[in-house]
Amino acid sequence: MSMRRAGAPAVAAAVAALLCVLPFLLDGYHQGIASAVGIYFVAILGLNILTGYTGQISIGHGAFMAIGGYTTVILSHDHHTNLIATLPAAAALTFVCGVAVGIPALRLSGVYLALATFALAVSVPQLPLKFSKFLGGSNGLQTDHTVSHLWLYAVSWACAALGFVLGWLLLRGRIGRAFRAVRDSELAAASSGVSLPIYKTLAFGVSAAYAGVAGSLFVLWTNGFAQPNEFEILLSLKILIGAAVAGLGSLWGVAVGAIFIGLLPQLSASVPLIGPAHGQDVVFGFVVILIMLVLPNGFAGLLWRVRAAIKTRPGTS
Amino acid sequence: MATFVATLTKRKTAVSTGVSIPVVALLVAGAVFLLIGCLSSEIFAQQTVSGLADGAIFGLLALALVLIYRATEVVNFAQGEMAMATTYFAYQLTQWHLTYWLAFVLTLAFAFVFGVLVQVAFIRPVQHKSVIAVVIVTVGLFILIDGVVTWIWGADLKFMAAPFGNNVYTLSGVAFSRLDIGVFLVCIASMVLLWLLFQYTKLGLAMRASALRPSSAALVGVRVDRMLAVGWGLAAVLGAVAGMMTEPKQFVLQPPLMQPILLYAFAAAVLGGLESPFGAVVGGLTLGVFLNLIGQYVGFATSELRLPIAFAVLLFVLVLKPTGLFGRRQVRRV
Repeated sequence: MSMRRAGAPAVAAAVAALLCVLPFLLDGYHQGIASAVGIYFVAILGLNILTGYTGQISIGHGAFMAIGGYTTVILSHDHHTNLIATLPAAAALTFVCGVAVGIPALRLSGVYLALATFALAVSVPQLPLKFSKFLGGSNGLQTDHTVSHLWLYAVSWACAALGFVLGWLLLRGRIGRAFRAVRDSELAAASSGVSLPIYKTLAFGVSAAYAGVAGSLFVLWTNGFAQPNEFEILLSLKILIGAAVAGLGSLWGVAVGAIFIGLLPQLSASVPLIGPAHGQDVVFGFVVILIMLVLPNGFAGLLWRVRAAIKTRPGTS
Repeated sequence: MATFVATLTKRKTAVSTGVSIPVVALLVAGAVFLLIGCLSSEIFAQQTVSGLADGAIFGLLALALVLIYRATEVVNFAQGEMAMATTYFAYQLTQWHLTYWLAFVLTLAFAFVFGVLVQVAFIRPVQHKSVIAVVIVTVGLFILIDGVVTWIWGADLKFMAAPFGNNVYTLSGVAFSRLDIGVFLVCIASMVLLWLLFQYTKLGLAMRASALRPSSAALVGVRVDRMLAVGWGLAAVLGAVAGMMTEPKQFVLQPPLMQPILLYAFAAAVLGGLESPFGAVVGGLTLGVFLNLIGQYVGFATSELRLPIAFAVLLFVLVLKPTGLFGRRQVRRV
């Protein structure tokens, strides 16, 4: 335990140092990829707070990303708001949306919640098509100016770091304990005085706010364009897969999950035989299934297992 | 009426449904409303028939979902993509100059094998781990199948021969397309065949037993694992029929063919109670007719809103009556 307490800040400092140096080693294209990893990091972190800590599954986080993304674009396109200032606005709006979704979700669990959030993710990208005058239809809307790769890298990783620290602070204390109690047994949590409606909707709101920020950044990443087809169901599935690969209920695995969904398209593009155009989905789907078969608790589960193996090895304790 | 309900509730077989009198009254009222509407307006009648054809497809895919859910409490998010892949298989067969209906039958056999293989290779190893693990595996399958299909056939639009032709029958001023009627009949026939299989064959009995009481079934010699695989195979067959009927309704074949249908099927299954096969069919038909009529008569509900409306129906049912029309209340022991 003591090793872990000393180890965590050291690892965090090393990662932070690496992230600060990284953009100066990369060209613009690779800075873009690194920013994408940061954006996925924020989204997966949010989903992990919901699914990993309170046990509520969501296949609908792409919907919150869409809401956040469109918030940024509309504020920038119609009102010329500073792009940085749109991020808290997106977070606030998606927090409210998350709470609004969380309230009916109180009555659902397991598979039913998965179904409802899946339906949410499929439905939300239809709304810009319906309200095309306001939301730009299938062509989408664009922010009033675009940002450089370096700008996006800095902002997305700053958001990731801030989100990580805030998430850690939130989860280590009273609220985090309540979340975990809800996950492990709703009945036991309720009987020890944890208010289920408050904590479950709070988790939904917080989680959606993370997704909203990720959505804003995502839109900036796609040259400031918000289009319905960017936020199709595949995005929600990717975020869920990232969270599963990371390992639910652990903040440390999130980086691995983000790297997985951020880099796999690049890596699988070079897979021989399948070719770059369609290789991504084939490799992606296959690797996900493989990981679930081999490491059902994701990367965090692997870490726990290694740690347990080190601890129980005779002679080291 | 009362005796009818009594006989329905008395038969507590696998297809027993939690039919309650208000639900039956509601359905009868709905049917009477549709009948009166059809007799008084031609457009209403056309929309209803077309909605029934749509709804039969939703019901068929919903039935596939329910079949798997009843046996393992797992929702297969890849069900729609499996249906889409088998439809592409049928397309390939017609490209090799097989007639449509021969391709149809061969595709059903392929779908069965495909479903069994998926269960054995991907689902069985994670089945007992957690709900989330199984959901993620089906989500992975979703992406994998999508990728493989695009890899083999490409993402561009494909066209298949029309199975029912383009004729239109006119009956006292109302035009019924042959396509709608054909789709409806094929879907209903598949449902009836499935019902006969479950109700009157030894295999069906074994499958019902392993879904309801797996351990007891195993004790009397039912190979429960094998039955689960057969269940996935049958679900894939139902999905294949749904896919091959969706293709002529949409006139084109492309990889996202079944993604909206999957949402409608979810809504239909939830409307019917998620564990009631009869409910899935009724839910599908209801949803199909509802979507068509609301699209016809409510100006705001344009085609872009079909999916959000299905989502609203799903959420509405889950929040107000999570057991749906025909589901039984689950009692959980803590």
